[in-house]
Amino acid sequence: MAGMSHDFRKLRLDRVSRSFGLHNALRDVSLEAARGEFIALLGPSGCGKSTALNCLAGLLPLTGGGIWLDERRIDQLKPEERGFGMVFQNYALFPHMSAEKNVGFGLRMQGRPKAEIDERVAKAMALVRLDEQRHKLPGQMSGGQQQRVAIARAIVIEPPLVLMDEPLSNLDAKLRLEMRAEIRRIHNLVGSTTIYVTHDQDEALSLADRIVVMRDGQVRQVGRPDELYGRPSHADVAEFMGYRNLLRLSVAAVADGVAETSFEGALLQGTLLGKASPGDTAVVAIRPDDLTPRSNGPISARVISAEYRGRDFYGIASAAGGQELFFRSEHKVAAGEELALGADPARVLIYPNEAPPVKA
Amino acid sequence: MTGGMIALDRHPLALRAWNTTIWVLVGFFVLNLLAMIASVLVNSFGTRWFNTWLPAGFTTKWYFSAWAEFQLGDILIVTFQVVGAVVLLSGTLGVLGAYALARREFPGKRLVMLLILLPLLVPPLTYGIPLATVLYQFGAGGSILGVVLANLVPTVPFVVLVMIPFIEQIDPRVEAAARVFGANSRQMFVHVLVPLLAPGILAALLMVLVRTIAMFELTFFTAGPSSQTLVVALYYAVYAAGVRAPQSIDAMAVIYMATTMIWLLIALRFVNPTQLVTRVKKS
Amino acid sequence: MTMAAMENPPLRLRLAAMGVDNVTLLVLPAVLFVLALFVYPFFYGLALSVEPLEGAWYANYVKFFTDPFLYDTIGKTLRLAVPVTLLCVFLSIPIALRVRHMRNQRLLTTILVLPITLGTVLIAEGLLNYLGPQGWLNRTLIAIGLIGGPLQLVHNYWGAFLGLLIAIFPFTFLLTLSYVTGIDPALEQAASTLGARPWARFRHILLPLLAQGLTVNFCLSFVQAFSVFPTAVLLGSPAGSTRVISIAAYTAAYEAYDYSLASTIAMIMAGVQLLIVAALLSARGLLYRGPMGGAKG
Repeated sequence: MAGMSHDFRKLRLDRVSRSFGLHNALRDVSLEAARGEFIALLGPSGCGKSTALNCLAGLLPLTGGGIWLDERRIDQLKPEERGFGMVFQNYALFPHMSAEKNVGFGLRMQGRPKAEIDERVAKAMALVRLDEQRHKLPGQMSGGQQQRVAIARAIVIEPPLVLMDEPLSNLDAKLRLEMRAEIRRIHNLVGSTTIYVTHDQDEALSLADRIVVMRDGQVRQVGRPDELYGRPSHADVAEFMGYRNLLRLSVAAVADGVAETSFEGALLQGTLLGKASPGDTAVVAIRPDDLTPRSNGPISARVISAEYRGRDFYGIASAAGGQELFFRSEHKVAAGEELALGADPARVLIYPNEAPPVKA
Repeated sequence: MTGGMIALDRHPLALRAWNTTIWVLVGFFVLNLLAMIASVLVNSFGTRWFNTWLPAGFTTKWYFSAWAEFQLGDILIVTFQVVGAVVLLSGTLGVLGAYALARREFPGKRLVMLLILLPLLVPPLTYGIPLATVLYQFGAGGSILGVVLANLVPTVPFVVLVMIPFIEQIDPRVEAAARVFGANSRQMFVHVLVPLLAPGILAALLMVLVRTIAMFELTFFTAGPSSQTLVVALYYAVYAAGVRAPQSIDAMAVIYMATTMIWLLIALRFVNPTQLVTRVKKS
Repeated sequence: MTMAAMENPPLRLRLAAMGVDNVTLLVLPAVLFVLALFVYPFFYGLALSVEPLEGAWYANYVKFFTDPFLYDTIGKTLRLAVPVTLLCVFLSIPIALRVRHMRNQRLLTTILVLPITLGTVLIAEGLLNYLGPQGWLNRTLIAIGLIGGPLQLVHNYWGAFLGLLIAIFPFTFLLTLSYVTGIDPALEQAASTLGARPWARFRHILLPLLAQGLTVNFCLSFVQAFSVFPTAVLLGSPAGSTRVISIAAYTAAYEAYDYSLASTIAMIMAGVQLLIVAALLSARGLLYRGPMGGAKG
């Protein structure tokens, strides 16, 4: 019964919408995922990414659109009829069942013979390296171990699609890095399509084949990690991807994908993303990593504070107009010091005719 | 059974029938409950009600006759005296006890907890009779004092149990801070703890109030003719039905309902209805 | 400071090290109170029960268990209390499972809290009106043609049964509801993504997690049903089928003025009840007990 055919070619979300009363949690979300792909839904809390996942799992009915697995429409099916594996944020392990029983639950629901269940459970437990903890109850296990049980429980039924809802958000920083590698390793071994919800862009960048950035229930950008990192399509996506310097400047000159903006008399060159003509206002986005002191730096600013982070110094400086700038320096800088800051034009992104995103 | 249920949850129609059955059950229960209360209300205002859906006419005279016949003025005064004393005393004893139990680990704490839990686990009837005997021996039987003492037996433990989670929820460092800034124990209690605990104390005491008005068994065993509360007087009136007009008894029942409902409505502004049954959860 | 003083710190400090200080003493009034008004009367009653008006110390117990008019009350109480409690617990489960998804639970729970705050005496009076031969229920049943003549629903076993049901069901239900809402909804969602249909989710997830709460619930509801008194007197037939054990105790104390026998009956009542509660709670040891959430790290 349960379990779609494992060798589907394509998962397709077609203008999926979900509203709660007047609030639209998801608006016309369309997306395609190929078999075996690892896709991260990335966005700040309340952007609709978890709603999208719950709609995929069947835990929330859609209020518009459809979900298709190849030619089969699945959005009317109940969660128990979809046969997807899901890893919940708080793991949702059954507290009265041992690790082994938790992992075997899905197979028991399918009515598999005991021998097969035992064998597949043992394999899954070995895959997540939990052979020793088989008989423990979830309450007796550490957070990381519970996380592994939750993953094993989702993949043991060999689902066509694995859904993960912020699975690492309850772990401490060190364990999070460890489990991140584990999830990637398991994905590579099992090869099922994975949809992974997170608000942590590092997690999305390191895990996913493709990232879907969401905001206010809508998809803002879909792309490979390097595309999102280097070329966010909008200023708000840029902000979310770590472009902390967002300056509202006016365009001075435009030429062939490159533009010059004027910053307090000086000219700041960057890559133009969109159409602009001189006199337009634009949002200029620069990562703190890319804004460094240099001999011909066009921006003069006074250091407010700086901290040492291992190899480099990161600091905040104030430009003559009072604007705060986040920068990096290879040399020690001291508060009060005057710097000439600048950035490689390829790393300066200019979004014409966009309002800077409202900071949370 | 299993087979049947599995068949059931595969058929949407059967599932809907199951849901409907449940709502019909709930509706039936609530309907009967409200009809029961309404019949008391209607009867108390009826002139004569025999073999018809509604009384022949309506009047308020039964309230005046009930008030005089059952000496409701005196009974209400006794009721409020008893309830007031129980609320104050159980509040004081209960909050102090809960504070000690929430803040200290000491040898024998489990025993103390068990001791305090016991009166809530045993129905009032089993200890009511021996308690009444003891109270009569010490001359407190049949008096308001005896009724108050008897009613404190379940309410003091109740306040302790309700207040413990409330107190545990308050960070002990807040108290430490008050001490650092020079508050002595009494000042700390009055200026820091009581304001922080006020919602919890209010909730606990309102629940005590509602429960004490309705507490029949303990009051029944310990009350004398001059120390009856409303619920006991109502019992005697119903027990001796036939002596008085039934409308008069129902008028008294309505007055009784009104006294509990007012407090219930006030209580529900501050507590969740389930808290009248279960203990307050940490939240 | 001398060596002796260091080896024997003052009593105050030694006590404080064990956690006994001024704050701990705040529990004393409550404890003394419970000792004086609960424990002492209980033992006093026990002592009184073995000091019969006449005969050997165990004469009252012999009397109780040889006089069918007395020992029958245990059976009659159980015949009333057990079915009512079981019915309440079993009905409360599916209803609580549905109600937990309700958006406006508060209205229903408020209505259901009414019988608890009104108390058994008022329920008895109301049901005497409502269930009586001229009451609305009988009139309605006759009007829709379900019955020919009025059903005798009061002053018999069924009167007491219904009165007890109305008094106890809200209590049982609200307790079940609080256990049910204590279960993390993600557990059921997890089970459904793993292919478990509604019945399987109930059977494998909810029921095991609820089992221990339901046992406690049964005990607490049973304790109330077992000590039924006003309902049995006013709605039942206190001389016949609903002559429950509490009536026997009351009669002994306040009609025969035999406080010794009354205490004996109270002790037997406590004994029977504790026996049943203890049996149920020891069976609880076999069940899962622990957090009902998703076992957070």
